[in-house]
Amino acid sequence: MIRFSQVNKWYGDYHALKDINAHVKAGEVVVVCGPSGSGKSTLIRTINRLEPIEQGKIEVNGQDVYGKHSKIDELRSHIGFVFQQFNLFPHLSVMENLTLAPLQLKRANKAQARVRALELLERVGLGHKADAYPLQLSGGQQQRVAIARALAMNPPVMLFDEPTSSLDPEMVGEVLQVMKLLAKEGMTMVCVTHEMGFAREVADTIWFMDAGSIIETGTPDEFFGRPKSPRAQKFLNEIRH
Amino acid sequence: MWEILKDNALLLLIGQYPYGPVGGLAATLGLAAVSLLLAFPGGILLALGRVSPYRIFYLPASAVVYVVRGLPLLMFIFWAYFFVPLIIGRPVAGTTTMVVALVCYESAYLAEIIRAGIQALPKGQQEAGRALGLNYMQTMRKIILPQALFNMLPSMLSQFISTVKETSLAYVIGVQELTYAANQINSVLLTRPLEVFTLLALTYFVLNLGLTALVALTERAIGRKRSGQAVRVATT
Repeated sequence: MIRFSQVNKWYGDYHALKDINAHVKAGEVVVVCGPSGSGKSTLIRTINRLEPIEQGKIEVNGQDVYGKHSKIDELRSHIGFVFQQFNLFPHLSVMENLTLAPLQLKRANKAQARVRALELLERVGLGHKADAYPLQLSGGQQQRVAIARALAMNPPVMLFDEPTSSLDPEMVGEVLQVMKLLAKEGMTMVCVTHEMGFAREVADTIWFMDAGSIIETGTPDEFFGRPKSPRAQKFLNEIRH
Repeated sequence: MWEILKDNALLLLIGQYPYGPVGGLAATLGLAAVSLLLAFPGGILLALGRVSPYRIFYLPASAVVYVVRGLPLLMFIFWAYFFVPLIIGRPVAGTTTMVVALVCYESAYLAEIIRAGIQALPKGQQEAGRALGLNYMQTMRKIILPQALFNMLPSMLSQFISTVKETSLAYVIGVQELTYAANQINSVLLTRPLEVFTLLALTYFVLNLGLTALVALTERAIGRKRSGQAVRVATT
């Protein structure tokens, strides 16, 4: 479903992604972990071209994301993206946040979009907040709305860029709960997260990154039980304390 | 002062109309309203050019803004007054000249205010729009501009008030607006300039006070709808 072939990215002189070769299968849940600055967020942001790459190729659903003739807007509408900072539109109600893209891109009429939005809000437990405005909601609620907003376009893939990192600790659980639900329903997901409990429980595959490279991949059992690289061993030791 | 106002109310309000062009306060209001209505979209377009990643939009928009900001308005008015008729080959009414000059001038200033509003929004707003599959213009129209314009209301108000006051410069090219009417009255009375021009000052002041109140009301209404939100500033 998502394929990286020999991807390289630089910020000026800084080599941010090094020779990334990786593959995400349909229905697979990949958790990307690693120390700060290892390139996790950069990596996930290249999947829908929020960051340009200098070398290599990324395909989503067989389409070349960086192809000269690829319709990037169309492609992005089939990739859900959840941000660390939620990035809800503060001038629009929760309902309008969810229906904006389906209506603008003419994927639904007003009635259909509203029905779908309410359905999604129910699923994330916020059916009663349809008429609220984003800043009336708690962080956890905002992030759940953001997930529902991404789902409103019915994307086959969802990308999560540290979705719980700017939440108060007591709100992390509710967001992870929604993500677990999605994973269980068979959604293809790539999550950058520091929530190792979530990774262990939900991930099919862990990608461990350091200094711009994916240096280890494996199932959660392999990664947490028998990490191969010294760097991963050190990382796991550090987060256990 | 009261009696000057009473004797000349009609002249101050509508000028010599119906025996001449509409003048006085009505002309001032008309000039300001038309100029604002045209300068606002002009300002948005220029601002979009200023933040555009494409040089073909960025360069001309920047050139316009730099040139206009570097020249005094009065010079602009003279320029429009003397050269526009030469260029288009027929005489142009003073009112039209004034509107052209004001719209050019105010568009450039509004553009910089709107540009600041756009660039002050967290980058995530733009990214969130694009990530949903909206194109650049859809993102601008539905996500960025509504927030940027709302946040910039106070600055835009200052610019609007400036525009109302600047219509008085139309006096120099003989447009019969409020200042012109006041000057006519002064020429007739000869001995009471203090009162006449105090009256003129008061009129402008009240007009702009009204404009301020109107914008404050709008601001409060929108703010209440969004429950007193200010845009969350990105921390990363």
